[in-house]
Amino acid sequence: MKIEKLAKDLLLINGKIIDPHNRKTFDGDVWLKNGKIAGVGDVNTPKGAEKIDCSGKVITHGFCDLHVHFREPGREDKETLKTGSRAALAGGFTRVCVMPNTHPPLDTPESINFIREKAQECPIHIHPIGAVTKSQGGNDITEMGLMHREGAVAFSDDGIPIQDGAMMRIALEYSTLMNVPVINHAEDECLRAEGVMNEGIVSNHLGLPGNPDFAESTMVHRDLELAKFTGARLHVPHVSSAKSVQHIRGMKKINEKVTAEVTPHHLYFNDEALRSFDTNLKVAPPIRTEQDRKALLEAVKDGTIDCIATDHAPHTIEDKETTFDLASFGMIGLESCFGAVCKVLVVNEMAIALEELIRLLTVKPRNIMGFEADLFQVGIPAEIAILDPTKDWVFDSTHVQSRSVNSPYYGETLTGRVEMTISRGYIASN
Amino acid sequence: MDAMAVERSVTRLSHEILEKNGSPEKIVLIGIHKRGVPLAARIQAKIHEISGAELQQGSLDITFHRDDYRERLVIPQVKGSDVPFSLDEKVAVLVDDVLYTGRTIRAALDVLNSFGRASKVQLAVLVDRGHRELPVRADFVGKNIPTHEDEHVHVELRETDEDDRVFLIRIQD
Amino acid sequence: MLQQKHLLGLEGYPSEDIQSIIDTAFNFREVLDRPIKKVPSLQGVTIVNLFFENSTRTRISFELAQKRLSADTVNFSSSSSSLKKGESFKDTAQNIEAMKIDATVMRHPTPGAPQHLTEFIDAVVINAGDGTHEHPTQAILDMMSLHEKFGKLKGLKVGILGDISHSRVALSNIYGLITMGVEVTLCGPPNLIPPFIRNLGVNVNYNVDEVIEWADALNVLRIQRERMGLGLVPSIREYRAMFGITKERLDHHKKEIVIMHPGPMNRGVEIDGSVADSDQAIILDQVLNGVASRMAILYLLCGGKSSEKEES
Repeated sequence: MKIEKLAKDLLLINGKIIDPHNRKTFDGDVWLKNGKIAGVGDVNTPKGAEKIDCSGKVITHGFCDLHVHFREPGREDKETLKTGSRAALAGGFTRVCVMPNTHPPLDTPESINFIREKAQECPIHIHPIGAVTKSQGGNDITEMGLMHREGAVAFSDDGIPIQDGAMMRIALEYSTLMNVPVINHAEDECLRAEGVMNEGIVSNHLGLPGNPDFAESTMVHRDLELAKFTGARLHVPHVSSAKSVQHIRGMKKINEKVTAEVTPHHLYFNDEALRSFDTNLKVAPPIRTEQDRKALLEAVKDGTIDCIATDHAPHTIEDKETTFDLASFGMIGLESCFGAVCKVLVVNEMAIALEELIRLLTVKPRNIMGFEADLFQVGIPAEIAILDPTKDWVFDSTHVQSRSVNSPYYGETLTGRVEMTISRGYIASN
Repeated sequence: MDAMAVERSVTRLSHEILEKNGSPEKIVLIGIHKRGVPLAARIQAKIHEISGAELQQGSLDITFHRDDYRERLVIPQVKGSDVPFSLDEKVAVLVDDVLYTGRTIRAALDVLNSFGRASKVQLAVLVDRGHRELPVRADFVGKNIPTHEDEHVHVELRETDEDDRVFLIRIQD
Repeated sequence: MLQQKHLLGLEGYPSEDIQSIIDTAFNFREVLDRPIKKVPSLQGVTIVNLFFENSTRTRISFELAQKRLSADTVNFSSSSSSLKKGESFKDTAQNIEAMKIDATVMRHPTPGAPQHLTEFIDAVVINAGDGTHEHPTQAILDMMSLHEKFGKLKGLKVGILGDISHSRVALSNIYGLITMGVEVTLCGPPNLIPPFIRNLGVNVNYNVDEVIEWADALNVLRIQRERMGLGLVPSIREYRAMFGITKERLDHHKKEIVIMHPGPMNRGVEIDGSVADSDQAIILDQVLNGVASRMAILYLLCGGKSSEKEES
């Protein structure tokens, strides 16, 4: 992947422009001047502008991922803000929210400030998510007010469930002061026990300890009830089970402050894939049955799930190249995201319109966080992804831009390719 | 008594107070709520008219010092006592409308004591109706009105009521 | 002359009676301004201060009030750890009864304890604070102070700021202020404001700047440092940034607002020292009004009763 600075005057011509905010699709050009939108659709071609021919391609908003792990500070061997930015650009993402389970965790206003300052040097927009409890210990809430002032856009102890219901309640109540979402990694620690994959037929066949779907759904249910009672904003991360979908669907009817996300891998794989014992498929929450996968696809279609978030979780080769029980949980996902979700949602199974898929990656996540979503307005700093939505491609190691390589997609044929991404005055070309 | 009689009494009381005490500088007037206060004000004005002296004036609310506190709970009707000057070396002339059992004056002496120690305390009243229950006597009396126990002396002053009048009321069974 | 024999709380307490207490308290305020601050009204009346929970300020305030009324005062302090709840409480109460006491001023860590006491003894019971329930004398002195400053209570806008869920001062104030026609807004960390409190007729607004703009007076509650370690308040600097009545915050608003605090203050946490010492704060007046209003309460509840005389 090549990253260059944007030309002063850049014209993207002959593209199919999909504006997911205004829900319009039309042919035309996009003119960028000094990195900002200067015209969309029918533009007066300025002389001397550099041109990029986008015939046959889609020009749309850059994607926004609410859930990535960039491992800085502490595990820069896995990923840094800079390398994570490259992975994001490769996947068409121009804006991400980084989770706070770093070392040390982002649990003070000073650490939030650290991320914000470091992010200035990166070619994508990076927003810190603050920890809910100090040291993610689950006992004492963090200085959310001060952290919010420093730039924290949400609060989460992701990686570690907030097991204590009273603490979750306090966190939700306190968060209403800042009116930002609380994101709880919902897995009851007692019920999930030593589980390393979904508890089901496959785990019984493989003899691996299982993590049942109700470990997630009971806590999701708890969180939903607490959210309703406290009036707080709850965002449910990486929903993995049909049961959770049911709870969310029911609660959304009476509470509009609930939102939910799903990962590409929970839409793409089911637990049969784990027969290979590929540790890159070891994720938390686990990849579940085909029934769960179908329920998640339905939930995306009917709006129960608001957006797609990769849960990009880089790990070193040593962390993954080991026995299944010891391998770390998580996979990278930024580079493979569009190809995977386009394949299952648009092309093959759900026949969701491309425009809708793009909304799930652009407008909807931005709305949840309150980021500007009308990105084709004149004067807005450009966040653009140029896509070839019908191109089939086989995922291989050359596509990985992350510092880590833990992906289960190697050799998979994906549909839908990100050709170029424009963000913060840079253009990345795959 | 009608208004003119009240006025004459006030004038006479003022003269007597000055005469008895020689120099006006050491006299202070202390009105007892509620009608003693406007009476004291009138005496103060009259004394100023007669002698040019400007006497200091204070007021006392005796509610909390009543000696019947064991039997009756009385809610104070006014905003309390006000003696915003020192009583040292002063002759404090207490002023009230009616002197009857003497218990009000005893309470007034108690309150006055909270504010300091006057060198002398004298008593001026508009009406003395007799029937003392305590050894109290007035130094200056406007009018003596002997009464029976079933009678009541009611004073009205233009500052607090319609006009200056003193009534003797007989209570029938 | 007050409709209720005891003063257990301000919930349902008649507004006329609150007004009587305040009016009488102003009279006693004048007594406290005299060189000799004593009246004989409660001579021969015996009052026990029954404090099951530590308190210096409230107890001293009550003791002063009692002594200025010429009452006889007896103090009983005990840490609740040395008392088994329930059993000894009844014993203690009945022992008092046996000694022919006229009135009890009680502070206890458990809500409802003073109510409980009235079932065992005949004396007048005055609640000096029952756990997280009520502290009616504090609310009365707060209202008296507001009355002193504004000349009235009805129509005022008062904000109560802090840890509402653990504050008996807040709850009594809510009951009393609403009864007297005051508009009340609660403010504080959302997890420290009881979720159903609006039912009492108060507003809730977590934004302290908006509350300052709206209010005529602000009652700033102490944030207990014990709360810090229990996960309820993240840190002192967070509380100060989000809710602290700091000089900068008040300067920013440039408005006349009366600042109250029940004490004791954590200077630099919920309130800046310079704010507490400024002209906008009536904190010391509250303390003086505390003695005056307690005198009024004792006078109105215990006055006019003959003490039991020994047969002579």
